[in-house]
Amino acid sequence: MASEITTSEYIKHHLQNLTFGQKQTEIEPGVWAPTGEWGFAMSPAEAANMGFWSINVDTMLMSILLGALMMWFFRSVAKKVSTGVPTGSQNFAEMIIDFIDDTVRGSFSGGKNKLVAPLALTIFVWVFLMNLMDLIPVDVIPQIVMQSAAAIFGVDPHHVYFKIVPTTDPNATLGMAIFVFMLMLYYSFKIKGTGGFISELTLQPFGKWALPINTVLETVTLLSKPFSLGLRLFGNMYAGEMVFILIATMYGAGLAMGSFAGLLQIGWAIFHILIITLQAFIFMVLTTVYLDMAHQEHH
Amino acid sequence: MNINATIIGQIIAFAVFVAFCMKYVWPPIMQALEERKKKIADGLAAAERGRHEQELAEKRAQQVIHEAKEQASEIVSQAQKRGNEIVDESKSNARVEGERILNSAKAEIEQEANRARDELKTQVGGIALAGASKILGREIDEKAHTDLLDELVSRI
Repeated sequence: MASEITTSEYIKHHLQNLTFGQKQTEIEPGVWAPTGEWGFAMSPAEAANMGFWSINVDTMLMSILLGALMMWFFRSVAKKVSTGVPTGSQNFAEMIIDFIDDTVRGSFSGGKNKLVAPLALTIFVWVFLMNLMDLIPVDVIPQIVMQSAAAIFGVDPHHVYFKIVPTTDPNATLGMAIFVFMLMLYYSFKIKGTGGFISELTLQPFGKWALPINTVLETVTLLSKPFSLGLRLFGNMYAGEMVFILIATMYGAGLAMGSFAGLLQIGWAIFHILIITLQAFIFMVLTTVYLDMAHQEHH
Repeated sequence: MNINATIIGQIIAFAVFVAFCMKYVWPPIMQALEERKKKIADGLAAAERGRHEQELAEKRAQQVIHEAKEQASEIVSQAQKRGNEIVDESKSNARVEGERILNSAKAEIEQEANRARDELKTQVGGIALAGASKILGREIDEKAHTDLLDELVSRI
């Protein structure tokens, strides 16, 4: 942590994504206007004013990297999978797949659906890997990126942001939740039919004489599913990341505080192993349950 | 922490990963797991069958041994019976043969005795005749009957 920035700036710096979009300039305090160029945001305020058509490069990069890593691993196992005695990586992959398969069988009763189990596997492993980035000490990768950006492009390292945990970006978690929501809608329409789905949304729980109330209640219920799904993961990971950052701010406060911070960080990291696994598991199980609900016809 | 186009990127990335997993990862591994499950089940069934067969074979072997024992004891008892029979038969045969030999010996003895008797009779007759002729000769004519007497002597 460089001496010239305050704790608050340090924390803000860590919570800012590397955003690419239309460059903005502050023409007067609080008022921003596009410059017409495209580039990386140099401050949180500029990133915020880039609007919807900007992209968090760090989130995308890390999530795709981790997803590709996961797919590469499982694909390499699938290519040389043997029905004999499993060894090495196949053992590991099979352990995960068996676990996912058991969980999905336990909570999904929609018959022969070829999507849910691979979806659950992707969610569990991908989310777990993305969460796992939280255990890397908060400054390591951002510092590497900042210093290399400064060395290569000659930009001020204080204006280079890099968040390595994609699940602390609500875009990532809500994006996944929205995809799950689209699948829920797809299967609801497919299994129950348009009429069935609409009657499910309007005729429960109070019968046809309370149709408006039913509609409001059921719509809220339906919409709350993806939101709670995405925000639960985001909230947990964001809070965990925040604690790591707060612990990291103590390193600058002398040897005693620094050692204490080290102990705290180890303790929190150990506790966090539980949280990252649990959150990945919860996301997977809830997705399975929601899709199971989408498959069930109410009578 | 702004909602921006990243959300679209994430949806696409997620969809691509799920599709990839669904197409290239899950089916082959799952298939291998199912096959292995089937293999193990088959193996267990085969083992069970083998054990069952072994039990049957053991039972059959016991039965065969039992039968063989029974047969052996039967053969032994038959042989004993037959042996006794042979002994009895040969005993009676021996008895009959003995009797026969005895009878024939008796008959022969009798025959011999008869023949001796007959011979004795003739000899006694001869002797009596000789005696009589001797007695008669001395009175009649010793010289005339010398030849006859000599003959008689030589015959005795």
